[in-house]
Amino acid sequence: MSTEFDVERIRKDFPVLSRELPGGRPLVYLDSGNSSQKPTQVIEVMREHLASHYANVGRAMHVLGAESTEAYESARDKVATFVGAPDRDEIVFTKNASEALNLVAYAFGNPINEDPRFVMGPGDEIVISEMEHHSNIVPWQLLARRTGATLRWFSVTDEGRLDLSNLDELVTERTKIVSIAHQSNVLGTVNPVARVLARVRQVGALMMLDASQSVPHKPVDVAALGVDFLAFTGHKAVGPSGIGVLWARGELLEAMPPFLGGGEMIEAVWMDRSTYAPAPHKFEAGTPPIVEAIGLGAALDYLSSIGMDAIAGHERELTGYALEALGEVPGLKVIGPRDLQDRGGTVSFTLEGIHPHDVGQILDDEFGVAVRVGHHCARPLHLRFGIPATTRASFYLYNTPAEIDALVRGLHHVRKVFA
Amino acid sequence: MIAESMYQELILEHYKHPQGRGLRDPFDSEVHHVNPTCGDEITMRVKVGEGGKVEDVSYDGQGCSISQAAASVLHELATGSTVEETLSVVEEFTRLMQGRGKVEPDEEVLGDAVAFAGVAKFPARVKCALLAWMAYKDAVVRSA
Ligand SMILES: Cc1ncc(COP(=O)(O)O)c(C=O)c1O
Repeated sequence: MSTEFDVERIRKDFPVLSRELPGGRPLVYLDSGNSSQKPTQVIEVMREHLASHYANVGRAMHVLGAESTEAYESARDKVATFVGAPDRDEIVFTKNASEALNLVAYAFGNPINEDPRFVMGPGDEIVISEMEHHSNIVPWQLLARRTGATLRWFSVTDEGRLDLSNLDELVTERTKIVSIAHQSNVLGTVNPVARVLARVRQVGALMMLDASQSVPHKPVDVAALGVDFLAFTGHKAVGPSGIGVLWARGELLEAMPPFLGGGEMIEAVWMDRSTYAPAPHKFEAGTPPIVEAIGLGAALDYLSSIGMDAIAGHERELTGYALEALGEVPGLKVIGPRDLQDRGGTVSFTLEGIHPHDVGQILDDEFGVAVRVGHHCARPLHLRFGIPATTRASFYLYNTPAEIDALVRGLHHVRKVFA
Repeated sequence: MIAESMYQELILEHYKHPQGRGLRDPFDSEVHHVNPTCGDEITMRVKVGEGGKVEDVSYDGQGCSISQAAASVLHELATGSTVEETLSVVEEFTRLMQGRGKVEPDEEVLGDAVAFAGVAKFPARVKCALLAWMAYKDAVVRSA
Protein backbone atom coordinates (compact mmCIF):
# COMPACT_ATOMS: atom_id res chain seq x y z
CA MET A 1 0.00 0.00 0.00
CA SER A 2 1.10 3.56 -0.60
CA THR A 3 3.09 5.10 2.21
CA GLU A 4 1.02 8.22 2.74
CA PHE A 5 -2.31 6.34 2.98
CA ASP A 6 -2.44 5.26 6.61
CA VAL A 7 -5.28 2.77 6.62
CA GLU A 8 -4.65 1.75 10.23
CA ARG A 9 -5.15 5.32 11.36
CA ILE A 10 -8.30 5.59 9.26
CA ARG A 11 -9.66 2.37 10.76
CA LYS A 12 -9.39 3.91 14.23
CA ASP A 13 -11.84 6.59 13.11
CA PHE A 14 -14.53 3.95 12.57
CA PRO A 15 -15.58 2.55 15.95
CA VAL A 16 -17.51 -0.39 14.51
CA LEU A 17 -14.41 -1.80 12.83
CA SER A 18 -12.92 -2.74 16.17
CA ARG A 19 -15.98 -4.50 17.50
CA GLU A 20 -16.11 -8.22 17.94
CA LEU A 21 -18.89 -10.34 16.53
CA PRO A 22 -20.54 -13.07 18.60
CA GLY A 23 -18.10 -15.92 19.13
CA GLY A 24 -15.13 -13.55 19.21
CA ARG A 25 -14.80 -13.19 15.45
CA PRO A 26 -13.40 -9.89 14.18
CA LEU A 27 -15.57 -7.97 11.73
CA VAL A 28 -14.44 -7.95 8.10
CA TYR A 29 -16.75 -5.42 6.51
CA LEU A 30 -16.79 -5.80 2.73
CA ASP A 31 -20.28 -4.39 2.12
CA SER A 32 -19.68 -0.66 1.77
CA GLY A 33 -21.29 -0.66 -1.68
CA ASN A 34 -24.48 -1.45 0.19
CA SER A 35 -23.91 1.06 2.96
CA SER A 36 -20.71 2.39 4.47
CA GLN A 37 -19.65 2.58 8.10
CA LYS A 38 -19.42 5.95 9.92
CA PRO A 39 -16.39 7.67 11.44
CA THR A 40 -16.40 9.25 14.88
CA GLN A 41 -16.10 12.66 13.19
CA VAL A 42 -19.58 12.23 11.66
CA ILE A 43 -21.14 10.66 14.74
CA GLU A 44 -19.79 13.49 16.92
CA VAL A 45 -20.99 16.31 14.67
CA MET A 46 -24.48 14.81 14.65
CA ARG A 47 -24.45 14.22 18.39
CA GLU A 48 -23.21 17.74 19.05
CA HIS A 49 -25.90 19.26 16.84
CA LEU A 50 -28.63 17.26 18.56
CA ALA A 51 -27.22 18.07 22.00
CA SER A 52 -26.61 21.79 21.63
CA HIS A 53 -27.93 23.38 18.44
CA TYR A 54 -31.03 21.56 17.33
CA ALA A 55 -34.17 23.36 16.16
CA ASN A 56 -36.17 23.39 12.96
CA VAL A 57 -34.60 25.14 10.00
CA GLY A 58 -35.66 28.11 7.93
CA ARG A 59 -38.58 29.15 10.05
CA ALA A 60 -37.57 29.51 13.71
CA MET A 61 -36.75 33.05 14.84
CA HIS A 62 -34.48 32.23 17.75
CA VAL A 63 -30.86 31.40 18.45
CA LEU A 64 -31.26 27.67 18.04
CA GLY A 65 -33.25 28.13 14.85
CA ALA A 66 -30.52 30.34 13.46
CA GLU A 67 -27.75 27.92 14.46
CA SER A 68 -29.60 24.94 13.07
CA THR A 69 -30.36 26.73 9.80
CA GLU A 70 -26.76 27.88 9.55
CA ALA A 71 -25.48 24.32 10.03
CA TYR A 72 -27.99 22.85 7.57
CA GLU A 73 -27.23 25.42 4.91
CA SER A 74 -23.52 25.12 5.42
CA ALA A 75 -23.90 21.39 4.74
CA ARG A 76 -25.32 22.43 1.38
CA ASP A 77 -22.21 24.53 0.76
CA LYS A 78 -20.04 21.55 1.56
CA VAL A 79 -21.90 19.31 -0.84
CA ALA A 80 -21.71 21.95 -3.56
CA THR A 81 -17.96 22.27 -3.12
CA PHE A 82 -17.48 18.51 -2.91
CA VAL A 83 -19.13 17.82 -6.28
CA GLY A 84 -17.98 21.02 -7.96
CA ALA A 85 -21.44 22.55 -8.35
CA PRO A 86 -21.19 26.04 -9.84
CA ASP A 87 -23.91 27.30 -7.49
CA ARG A 88 -24.92 26.11 -4.01
CA ASP A 89 -28.60 26.53 -4.91
CA GLU A 90 -28.21 23.66 -7.35
CA ILE A 91 -27.94 21.23 -4.44
CA VAL A 92 -31.29 19.74 -3.42
CA PHE A 93 -31.40 17.59 -0.30
CA THR A 94 -33.54 14.47 -0.69
CA LYS A 95 -33.87 11.45 1.54
CA ASN A 96 -31.70 9.25 -0.70
CA ALA A 97 -30.61 8.70 -4.29
CA SER A 98 -33.88 6.97 -5.10
CA GLU A 99 -35.85 10.09 -4.22
CA ALA A 100 -33.53 12.25 -6.31
CA LEU A 101 -34.07 10.00 -9.33
CA ASN A 102 -37.83 9.98 -8.81
CA LEU A 103 -37.86 13.75 -8.45
CA VAL A 104 -36.27 14.18 -11.87
CA ALA A 105 -38.47 11.55 -13.53
CA TYR A 106 -41.51 13.32 -12.12
CA ALA A 107 -40.55 16.54 -13.91
CA PHE A 108 -41.12 14.96 -17.33
CA GLY A 109 -44.50 14.69 -18.98
CA ASN A 110 -45.90 16.72 -16.16
CA PRO A 111 -48.78 19.05 -17.18
CA ILE A 112 -47.50 21.78 -14.89
CA ASN A 113 -44.13 21.82 -16.62
CA GLU A 114 -44.39 23.36 -20.08
CA ASP A 115 -40.67 23.58 -20.77
CA PRO A 116 -40.28 21.70 -24.08
CA ARG A 117 -37.29 19.74 -22.81
CA PHE A 118 -39.56 18.07 -20.28
CA VAL A 119 -42.69 17.61 -22.37
CA MET A 120 -43.18 13.91 -22.91
CA GLY A 121 -45.73 11.68 -24.58
CA PRO A 122 -46.10 8.79 -27.02
CA GLY A 123 -43.22 8.80 -29.50
CA ASP A 124 -40.74 10.24 -27.00
CA GLU A 125 -38.06 8.01 -25.56
CA ILE A 126 -36.26 7.47 -22.28
CA VAL A 127 -32.91 5.66 -22.35
CA ILE A 128 -31.38 3.77 -19.43
CA SER A 129 -29.12 0.70 -19.29
CA GLU A 130 -29.25 -2.94 -18.36
CA MET A 131 -26.76 -2.44 -15.54
CA GLU A 132 -28.92 -0.02 -13.55
CA HIS A 133 -29.94 -0.29 -9.93
CA HIS A 134 -33.72 -0.66 -9.62
CA SER A 135 -33.75 2.95 -8.39
CA ASN A 136 -32.67 4.04 -11.86
CA ILE A 137 -35.10 1.72 -13.64
CA VAL A 138 -38.45 1.78 -11.89
CA PRO A 139 -38.93 5.60 -11.81
CA TRP A 140 -38.43 5.65 -15.60
CA GLN A 141 -40.78 2.71 -16.10
CA LEU A 142 -43.39 4.62 -14.13
CA LEU A 143 -42.73 7.71 -16.23
CA ALA A 144 -43.13 5.70 -19.43
CA ARG A 145 -46.42 4.30 -18.11
CA ARG A 146 -47.70 7.75 -17.17
CA THR A 147 -46.81 9.42 -20.45
CA GLY A 148 -46.92 6.70 -23.08
CA ALA A 149 -43.25 7.32 -23.85
CA THR A 150 -41.01 4.38 -24.73
CA LEU A 151 -38.33 3.06 -22.40
CA ARG A 152 -35.16 1.84 -24.13
CA TRP A 153 -31.83 0.69 -22.78
CA PHE A 154 -28.17 0.07 -23.52
CA SER A 155 -27.16 -3.54 -23.22
CA VAL A 156 -24.13 -4.75 -21.35
CA THR A 157 -21.24 -6.65 -22.94
CA ASP A 158 -20.03 -10.02 -21.68
CA GLU A 159 -17.16 -8.20 -20.05
CA GLY A 160 -19.59 -6.03 -18.11
CA ARG A 161 -19.18 -2.81 -20.08
CA LEU A 162 -21.88 -0.59 -21.48
CA ASP A 163 -22.46 -1.67 -25.09
CA LEU A 164 -22.18 1.55 -27.07
CA SER A 165 -22.15 -0.13 -30.49
CA ASN A 166 -25.70 1.11 -31.15
CA LEU A 167 -25.36 4.45 -29.39
CA ASP A 168 -26.57 6.37 -32.42
CA GLU A 169 -29.63 4.17 -32.96
CA LEU A 170 -30.51 4.19 -29.30
CA VAL A 171 -30.09 7.86 -28.56
CA THR A 172 -31.96 9.79 -31.25
CA GLU A 173 -34.04 12.89 -31.86
CA ARG A 174 -36.85 11.05 -30.05
CA THR A 175 -34.80 10.76 -26.85
CA LYS A 176 -35.71 13.16 -24.05
CA ILE A 177 -33.56 11.85 -21.24
CA VAL A 178 -30.70 9.40 -20.80
CA SER A 179 -30.07 8.21 -17.25
CA ILE A 180 -27.27 5.80 -16.45
CA ALA A 181 -25.05 4.80 -13.56
CA HIS A 182 -21.74 6.59 -13.27
CA GLN A 183 -20.40 3.41 -11.69
CA SER A 184 -22.22 0.07 -11.53
CA ASN A 185 -23.07 -1.23 -8.07
CA VAL A 186 -22.59 -4.82 -9.26
CA LEU A 187 -19.93 -4.82 -11.97
CA GLY A 188 -17.82 -1.97 -10.65
CA THR A 189 -17.74 -0.64 -14.21
CA VAL A 190 -17.24 3.11 -14.60
CA ASN A 191 -19.24 4.23 -17.61
CA PRO A 192 -17.91 6.44 -20.43
CA VAL A 193 -19.98 9.52 -19.65
CA ALA A 194 -18.31 11.79 -22.20
CA ARG A 195 -19.05 9.51 -25.16
CA VAL A 196 -22.70 9.12 -24.24
CA LEU A 197 -23.06 12.80 -23.41
CA ALA A 198 -21.67 13.88 -26.79
CA ARG A 199 -24.49 11.98 -28.49
CA VAL A 200 -27.07 13.25 -25.99
CA ARG A 201 -26.07 16.81 -26.82
CA GLN A 202 -26.20 16.10 -30.54
CA VAL A 203 -29.85 15.09 -30.27
CA GLY A 204 -30.76 17.78 -27.75
CA ALA A 205 -31.72 15.46 -24.91
CA LEU A 206 -30.91 15.71 -21.19
CA MET A 207 -28.62 13.41 -19.23
CA MET A 208 -28.70 12.18 -15.65
CA LEU A 209 -26.06 10.22 -13.77
CA ASP A 210 -26.76 7.91 -10.88
CA ALA A 211 -23.55 8.64 -9.00
CA SER A 212 -24.43 6.65 -5.87
CA GLN A 213 -21.37 4.45 -6.36
CA SER A 214 -18.95 7.07 -7.65
CA VAL A 215 -19.24 10.18 -5.47
CA PRO A 216 -18.21 8.27 -2.30
CA HIS A 217 -15.16 6.75 -3.96
CA LYS A 218 -13.44 9.20 -6.26
CA PRO A 219 -13.32 12.85 -7.21
CA VAL A 220 -16.51 13.80 -9.04
CA ASP A 221 -16.96 17.22 -10.56
CA VAL A 222 -20.36 17.93 -12.08
CA ALA A 223 -19.10 20.87 -14.10
CA ALA A 224 -16.33 18.78 -15.63
CA LEU A 225 -18.73 15.91 -16.33
CA GLY A 226 -21.07 18.32 -18.08
CA VAL A 227 -24.27 16.33 -17.45
CA ASP A 228 -27.60 17.85 -16.43
CA PHE A 229 -28.55 15.91 -13.29
CA LEU A 230 -26.64 13.85 -10.78
CA ALA A 231 -27.88 11.86 -7.79
CA PHE A 232 -26.09 10.30 -4.87
CA THR A 233 -26.86 9.06 -1.39
CA GLY A 234 -25.26 9.98 1.94
CA HIS A 235 -25.14 6.59 3.63
CA LYS A 236 -22.69 5.16 1.11
CA ALA A 237 -20.30 8.09 1.66
CA VAL A 238 -19.60 7.58 5.39
CA GLY A 239 -22.62 9.78 6.10
CA PRO A 240 -25.89 8.85 7.77
CA SER A 241 -28.89 7.23 6.11
CA GLY A 242 -31.90 9.43 5.41
CA ILE A 243 -30.09 12.00 3.31
CA GLY A 244 -29.44 12.09 -0.41
CA VAL A 245 -28.55 14.71 -2.96
CA LEU A 246 -29.82 15.85 -6.30
CA TRP A 247 -27.60 18.20 -8.22
CA ALA A 248 -29.12 19.77 -11.33
CA ARG A 249 -28.23 22.73 -13.50
CA GLY A 250 -29.89 25.79 -12.02
CA GLU A 251 -31.98 26.71 -15.02
CA LEU A 252 -33.38 23.16 -15.14
CA LEU A 253 -34.34 23.26 -11.48
CA GLU A 254 -36.09 26.52 -12.23
CA ALA A 255 -38.11 24.90 -15.01
CA MET A 256 -38.99 21.78 -13.02
CA PRO A 257 -42.23 21.51 -11.05
CA PRO A 258 -42.22 20.79 -7.32
CA PHE A 259 -42.16 17.09 -6.45
CA LEU A 260 -43.72 17.17 -3.00
CA GLY A 261 -45.87 20.00 -1.70
CA GLY A 262 -45.76 21.29 1.86
CA GLY A 263 -44.19 23.71 4.26
CA GLU A 264 -41.10 25.67 3.30
CA MET A 265 -41.37 24.97 -0.42
CA ILE A 266 -43.73 27.89 -1.04
CA GLU A 267 -43.56 31.60 -1.54
CA ALA A 268 -47.25 32.38 -0.99
CA VAL A 269 -50.30 30.19 -0.55
CA TRP A 270 -53.93 31.00 -1.24
CA MET A 271 -56.78 28.55 -0.83
CA ASP A 272 -56.80 27.69 -4.51
CA ARG A 273 -53.16 28.09 -5.60
CA SER A 274 -49.59 28.71 -4.49
CA THR A 275 -46.39 30.15 -5.76
CA TYR A 276 -43.20 28.35 -5.00
CA ALA A 277 -39.93 29.19 -3.36
CA PRO A 278 -36.92 29.22 -5.66
CA ALA A 279 -34.73 26.10 -5.86
CA PRO A 280 -33.49 24.33 -3.88
CA HIS A 281 -36.26 25.01 -1.36
CA LYS A 282 -38.96 24.40 -3.95
CA PHE A 283 -37.95 20.73 -3.76
CA GLU A 284 -37.58 20.46 0.00
CA ALA A 285 -41.14 20.27 1.31
CA GLY A 286 -41.60 19.85 5.03
CA THR A 287 -39.01 19.59 7.76
CA PRO A 288 -35.93 18.15 6.07
CA PRO A 289 -33.56 15.54 7.51
CA ILE A 290 -31.68 18.29 9.36
CA VAL A 291 -29.20 16.31 11.42
CA GLU A 292 -28.64 13.90 8.55
CA ALA A 293 -27.76 16.72 6.16
CA ILE A 294 -25.33 18.11 8.73
CA GLY A 295 -23.91 14.62 9.15
CA LEU A 296 -23.42 14.37 5.41
CA GLY A 297 -21.55 17.67 5.48
CA ALA A 298 -19.27 16.24 8.15
CA ALA A 299 -18.83 13.07 6.12
CA LEU A 300 -17.71 15.01 3.07
CA ASP A 301 -15.35 17.06 5.25
CA TYR A 302 -13.91 13.79 6.52
CA LEU A 303 -13.46 12.34 3.03
CA SER A 304 -11.90 15.59 1.82
CA SER A 305 -9.47 15.62 4.73
CA ILE A 306 -8.15 12.29 3.50
CA GLY A 307 -8.44 13.25 -0.13
CA MET A 308 -10.62 11.67 -2.79
CA ASP A 309 -7.64 10.98 -5.01
CA ALA A 310 -5.93 9.11 -2.19
CA ILE A 311 -9.12 7.14 -1.46
CA ALA A 312 -9.51 6.22 -5.12
CA GLY A 313 -5.86 5.15 -5.22
CA HIS A 314 -6.24 2.99 -2.14
CA GLU A 315 -9.36 1.30 -3.51
CA ARG A 316 -7.62 0.72 -6.79
CA GLU A 317 -4.82 -1.15 -5.06
CA LEU A 318 -7.33 -3.19 -3.08
CA THR A 319 -9.30 -4.00 -6.22
CA GLY A 320 -6.20 -5.13 -8.08
CA TYR A 321 -5.21 -7.27 -5.13
CA ALA A 322 -8.72 -8.76 -4.88
CA LEU A 323 -9.07 -9.52 -8.58
CA GLU A 324 -5.81 -11.39 -8.46
CA ALA A 325 -6.51 -13.26 -5.21
CA LEU A 326 -10.07 -14.17 -6.23
CA GLY A 327 -8.81 -15.37 -9.59
CA GLU A 328 -7.05 -18.17 -7.76
CA VAL A 329 -10.18 -19.57 -6.15
CA PRO A 330 -11.26 -22.57 -8.27
CA GLY A 331 -14.69 -22.21 -9.83
CA LEU A 332 -14.88 -18.49 -9.10
CA LYS A 333 -16.07 -16.28 -11.92
CA VAL A 334 -15.96 -12.50 -11.69
CA ILE A 335 -19.01 -10.83 -13.19
CA GLY A 336 -17.60 -7.56 -14.48
CA PRO A 337 -14.30 -6.23 -15.80
CA ARG A 338 -11.28 -8.24 -14.74
CA ASP A 339 -8.84 -5.39 -15.22
CA LEU A 340 -8.54 -2.06 -13.43
CA GLN A 341 -9.38 0.06 -16.45
CA ASP A 342 -12.45 2.21 -15.69
CA ARG A 343 -13.58 0.14 -12.75
CA GLY A 344 -14.12 0.76 -9.07
CA GLY A 345 -13.81 -1.34 -5.93
CA THR A 346 -16.85 -3.55 -6.31
CA VAL A 347 -16.25 -7.18 -7.23
CA SER A 348 -19.18 -9.52 -7.83
CA PHE A 349 -18.70 -13.18 -8.53
CA THR A 350 -20.22 -16.63 -8.69
CA LEU A 351 -18.78 -19.81 -7.25
CA GLU A 352 -19.55 -22.77 -9.42
CA GLY A 353 -22.28 -24.99 -8.00
CA ILE A 354 -22.73 -22.97 -4.82
CA HIS A 355 -25.54 -20.54 -4.31
CA PRO A 356 -24.52 -17.04 -3.12
CA HIS A 357 -26.77 -17.34 -0.07
CA ASP A 358 -24.78 -20.31 1.09
CA VAL A 359 -21.56 -18.45 0.38
CA GLY A 360 -22.65 -15.38 2.32
CA GLN A 361 -23.95 -17.37 5.26
CA ILE A 362 -20.73 -19.27 5.80
CA LEU A 363 -18.51 -16.23 5.22
CA ASP A 364 -20.45 -14.32 7.83
CA ASP A 365 -20.96 -17.05 10.33
CA GLU A 366 -17.50 -18.54 10.41
CA PHE A 367 -15.22 -15.74 9.29
CA GLY A 368 -17.10 -12.56 10.20
CA VAL A 369 -16.84 -11.53 6.56
CA ALA A 370 -19.81 -9.34 5.63
CA VAL A 371 -20.54 -9.37 1.89
CA ARG A 372 -23.78 -8.89 0.02
CA VAL A 373 -25.51 -11.78 -1.72
CA GLY A 374 -28.47 -11.69 -4.08
CA HIS A 375 -29.22 -9.50 -7.07
CA HIS A 376 -28.16 -6.26 -5.37
CA CYS A 377 -31.25 -4.44 -6.65
CA ALA A 378 -30.07 -5.07 -10.20
CA ARG A 379 -32.20 -8.00 -11.27
CA PRO A 380 -32.18 -7.22 -15.01
CA LEU A 381 -28.38 -7.26 -14.99
CA HIS A 382 -28.38 -10.69 -13.39
CA LEU A 383 -30.94 -11.91 -15.93
CA ARG A 384 -28.60 -10.60 -18.62
CA PHE A 385 -25.84 -12.85 -17.31
CA GLY A 386 -28.27 -15.73 -16.81
CA ILE A 387 -27.67 -16.00 -13.09
CA PRO A 388 -30.11 -15.51 -10.23
CA ALA A 389 -27.62 -13.95 -7.85
CA THR A 390 -24.01 -13.11 -7.12
CA THR A 391 -21.79 -12.60 -4.10
CA ARG A 392 -20.44 -9.07 -3.94
CA ALA A 393 -17.44 -7.73 -2.07
CA SER A 394 -17.15 -3.95 -2.08
CA PHE A 395 -14.22 -1.99 -0.72
CA TYR A 396 -13.76 1.40 0.87
CA LEU A 397 -11.08 3.56 2.41
CA TYR A 398 -10.94 1.49 5.61
CA ASN A 399 -10.42 -1.93 4.02
CA THR A 400 -7.10 -3.77 3.94
CA PRO A 401 -5.47 -6.53 1.89
CA ALA A 402 -5.64 -8.72 5.02
CA GLU A 403 -9.43 -8.49 4.83
CA ILE A 404 -9.35 -9.67 1.25
CA ASP A 405 -7.16 -12.57 2.41
CA ALA A 406 -9.86 -13.39 4.97
CA LEU A 407 -12.47 -13.39 2.21
CA VAL A 408 -10.39 -15.73 0.09
CA ARG A 409 -9.77 -18.08 3.04
CA GLY A 410 -13.50 -18.08 3.68
CA LEU A 411 -14.26 -18.92 0.07
CA HIS A 412 -11.89 -21.88 0.15
CA HIS A 413 -13.74 -23.12 3.21
CA VAL A 414 -17.12 -22.62 1.53
CA ARG A 415 -15.92 -24.81 -1.31
CA LYS A 416 -14.89 -27.49 1.15
CA VAL A 417 -18.31 -27.53 2.83
CA PHE A 418 -20.11 -27.92 -0.49
CA ALA A 419 -17.52 -30.08 -2.27
CA MET B 1 -20.37 -21.98 14.68
CA ILE B 2 -24.14 -21.78 14.26
CA ALA B 3 -24.29 -22.03 10.48
CA GLU B 4 -22.40 -25.32 10.56
CA SER B 5 -25.36 -26.66 12.52
CA MET B 6 -27.66 -25.43 9.80
CA TYR B 7 -25.72 -27.21 7.07
CA GLN B 8 -26.45 -30.71 8.36
CA GLU B 9 -24.85 -33.59 6.52
CA LEU B 10 -28.31 -34.72 5.43
CA ILE B 11 -29.06 -31.32 3.90
CA LEU B 12 -25.78 -31.21 2.02
CA GLU B 13 -26.35 -34.78 0.83
CA HIS B 14 -29.78 -33.89 -0.59
CA TYR B 15 -28.36 -30.74 -2.15
CA LYS B 16 -25.60 -32.61 -3.91
CA HIS B 17 -27.82 -35.55 -4.88
CA PRO B 18 -31.37 -34.29 -5.17
CA GLN B 19 -34.06 -36.98 -5.11
CA GLY B 20 -36.88 -36.98 -7.63
CA ARG B 21 -35.76 -33.82 -9.37
CA GLY B 22 -37.14 -33.05 -12.83
CA LEU B 23 -40.72 -32.46 -13.98
CA ARG B 24 -42.69 -35.58 -14.86
CA ASP B 25 -45.98 -36.63 -16.41
CA PRO B 26 -48.70 -37.41 -15.57
CA PHE B 27 -49.66 -34.75 -13.06
CA ASP B 28 -52.86 -33.24 -11.66
CA SER B 29 -51.57 -29.78 -10.91
CA GLU B 30 -48.51 -27.66 -11.42
CA VAL B 31 -47.49 -24.56 -9.47
CA HIS B 32 -44.64 -22.09 -9.67
CA HIS B 33 -43.45 -20.35 -6.52
CA VAL B 34 -40.77 -17.69 -6.13
CA ASN B 35 -38.98 -16.14 -3.22
CA PRO B 36 -38.66 -12.53 -4.37
CA THR B 37 -35.99 -11.62 -1.84
CA CYS B 38 -33.46 -14.12 -3.10
CA GLY B 39 -34.82 -15.21 -6.47
CA ASP B 40 -35.18 -18.86 -5.51
CA GLU B 41 -37.77 -20.55 -7.70
CA ILE B 42 -39.54 -23.84 -7.87
CA THR B 43 -41.97 -25.45 -10.26
CA MET B 44 -43.78 -28.37 -8.70
CA ARG B 45 -46.18 -31.04 -9.98
CA VAL B 46 -48.22 -33.51 -7.98
CA LYS B 47 -50.05 -36.60 -9.06
CA VAL B 48 -52.63 -37.90 -6.60
CA GLY B 49 -54.05 -41.40 -7.11
CA GLU B 50 -56.81 -43.42 -5.55
CA GLY B 51 -57.51 -43.02 -1.87
CA GLY B 52 -55.63 -39.75 -1.83
CA LYS B 53 -52.32 -41.50 -2.36
CA VAL B 54 -49.53 -39.20 -3.55
CA GLU B 55 -48.12 -41.01 -6.56
CA ASP B 56 -45.52 -38.47 -7.57
CA VAL B 57 -44.09 -35.13 -6.55
CA SER B 58 -41.82 -33.82 -9.26
CA TYR B 59 -40.09 -30.47 -9.30
CA ASP B 60 -37.51 -28.30 -10.88
CA GLY B 61 -36.01 -25.08 -9.70
CA GLN B 62 -33.01 -23.15 -8.65
CA GLY B 63 -31.81 -21.78 -5.39
CA CYS B 64 -29.59 -22.22 -2.40
CA SER B 65 -28.74 -25.50 -0.71
CA ILE B 66 -31.51 -25.10 1.84
CA SER B 67 -34.30 -24.57 -0.69
CA GLN B 68 -33.09 -27.32 -3.00
CA ALA B 69 -32.54 -29.85 -0.24
CA ALA B 70 -35.96 -29.06 1.22
CA ALA B 71 -37.58 -29.95 -2.11
CA SER B 72 -35.64 -33.21 -2.29
CA VAL B 73 -36.58 -34.23 1.26
CA LEU B 74 -40.19 -33.33 0.56
CA HIS B 75 -40.21 -35.55 -2.53
CA GLU B 76 -39.00 -38.49 -0.47
CA LEU B 77 -41.43 -37.93 2.37
CA ALA B 78 -44.51 -37.28 0.28
CA THR B 79 -44.25 -39.86 -2.47
CA GLY B 80 -46.22 -42.92 -1.41
CA SER B 81 -47.97 -41.27 1.53
CA THR B 82 -51.51 -39.98 1.53
CA VAL B 83 -52.33 -36.33 1.02
CA GLU B 84 -53.70 -36.18 4.52
CA GLU B 85 -50.53 -37.59 6.08
CA THR B 86 -48.28 -35.27 4.11
CA LEU B 87 -50.30 -32.21 5.05
CA SER B 88 -49.75 -32.92 8.71
CA VAL B 89 -46.00 -33.15 8.03
CA VAL B 90 -46.19 -29.82 6.17
CA GLU B 91 -47.96 -28.33 9.17
CA GLU B 92 -45.34 -29.58 11.62
CA PHE B 93 -42.51 -28.44 9.34
CA THR B 94 -44.05 -24.97 9.06
CA ARG B 95 -44.42 -24.78 12.84
CA LEU B 96 -40.77 -25.75 13.27
CA MET B 97 -39.54 -23.21 10.70
CA GLN B 98 -41.56 -20.37 12.13
CA GLY B 99 -40.55 -21.17 15.70
CA ARG B 100 -37.37 -19.00 15.70
CA GLY B 101 -35.38 -22.02 16.85
CA LYS B 102 -37.43 -22.34 20.03
CA VAL B 103 -39.76 -25.12 18.90
CA GLU B 104 -38.94 -28.72 19.83
CA PRO B 105 -39.33 -30.66 16.56
CA ASP B 106 -41.50 -33.78 16.50
CA GLU B 107 -39.13 -36.23 14.90
CA GLU B 108 -41.83 -38.86 14.70
CA VAL B 109 -43.85 -36.69 12.32
CA LEU B 110 -40.98 -35.01 10.49
CA GLY B 111 -38.62 -37.85 9.72
CA ASP B 112 -35.61 -36.59 7.74
CA ALA B 113 -37.09 -33.10 7.62
CA VAL B 114 -35.98 -32.68 11.23
CA ALA B 115 -32.53 -31.90 9.84
CA PHE B 116 -33.80 -28.45 8.96
CA ALA B 117 -34.35 -27.52 12.62
CA GLY B 118 -31.19 -25.36 12.59
CA VAL B 119 -32.53 -23.21 9.75
CA ALA B 120 -35.20 -21.79 12.03
CA LYS B 121 -32.50 -19.76 13.82
CA PHE B 122 -31.83 -17.82 10.61
CA PRO B 123 -34.94 -15.77 9.82
CA ALA B 124 -33.51 -14.86 6.41
CA ARG B 125 -33.33 -18.51 5.43
CA VAL B 126 -36.66 -19.76 6.73
CA LYS B 127 -38.35 -18.80 3.46
CA CYS B 128 -35.78 -20.86 1.57
CA ALA B 129 -36.68 -23.97 3.56
CA LEU B 130 -40.40 -23.34 3.18
CA LEU B 131 -40.45 -22.58 -0.54
CA ALA B 132 -40.94 -26.16 -1.78
CA TRP B 133 -43.24 -27.07 1.08
CA MET B 134 -45.55 -24.13 0.45
CA ALA B 135 -45.54 -24.95 -3.26
CA TYR B 136 -46.50 -28.53 -2.41
CA LYS B 137 -49.38 -27.42 -0.22
CA ASP B 138 -50.61 -25.15 -2.99
CA ALA B 139 -50.27 -27.89 -5.61
CA VAL B 140 -52.20 -30.38 -3.50
CA VAL B 141 -55.06 -27.92 -2.99
CA ARG B 142 -55.23 -27.32 -6.73
CA SER B 143 -55.14 -31.01 -7.56
CA ALA B 144 -58.36 -31.66 -5.67
C1 LIG C 1 -26.12 2.54 -8.17
C2 LIG C 1 -27.12 2.78 -7.11
N1 LIG C 1 -28.16 3.58 -7.36
C3 LIG C 1 -29.07 3.87 -6.43
C4 LIG C 1 -29.00 3.34 -5.16
C5 LIG C 1 -30.08 3.66 -4.20
O1 LIG C 1 -29.63 4.34 -3.09
P1 LIG C 1 -30.69 4.66 -1.93
O2 LIG C 1 -31.22 3.33 -1.50
O3 LIG C 1 -29.92 5.33 -0.86
O4 LIG C 1 -31.75 5.50 -2.55
C6 LIG C 1 -27.94 2.50 -4.86
C7 LIG C 1 -27.81 1.89 -3.51
O5 LIG C 1 -28.32 0.87 -3.17
C8 LIG C 1 -26.98 2.21 -5.85
O6 LIG C 1 -25.95 1.39 -5.61
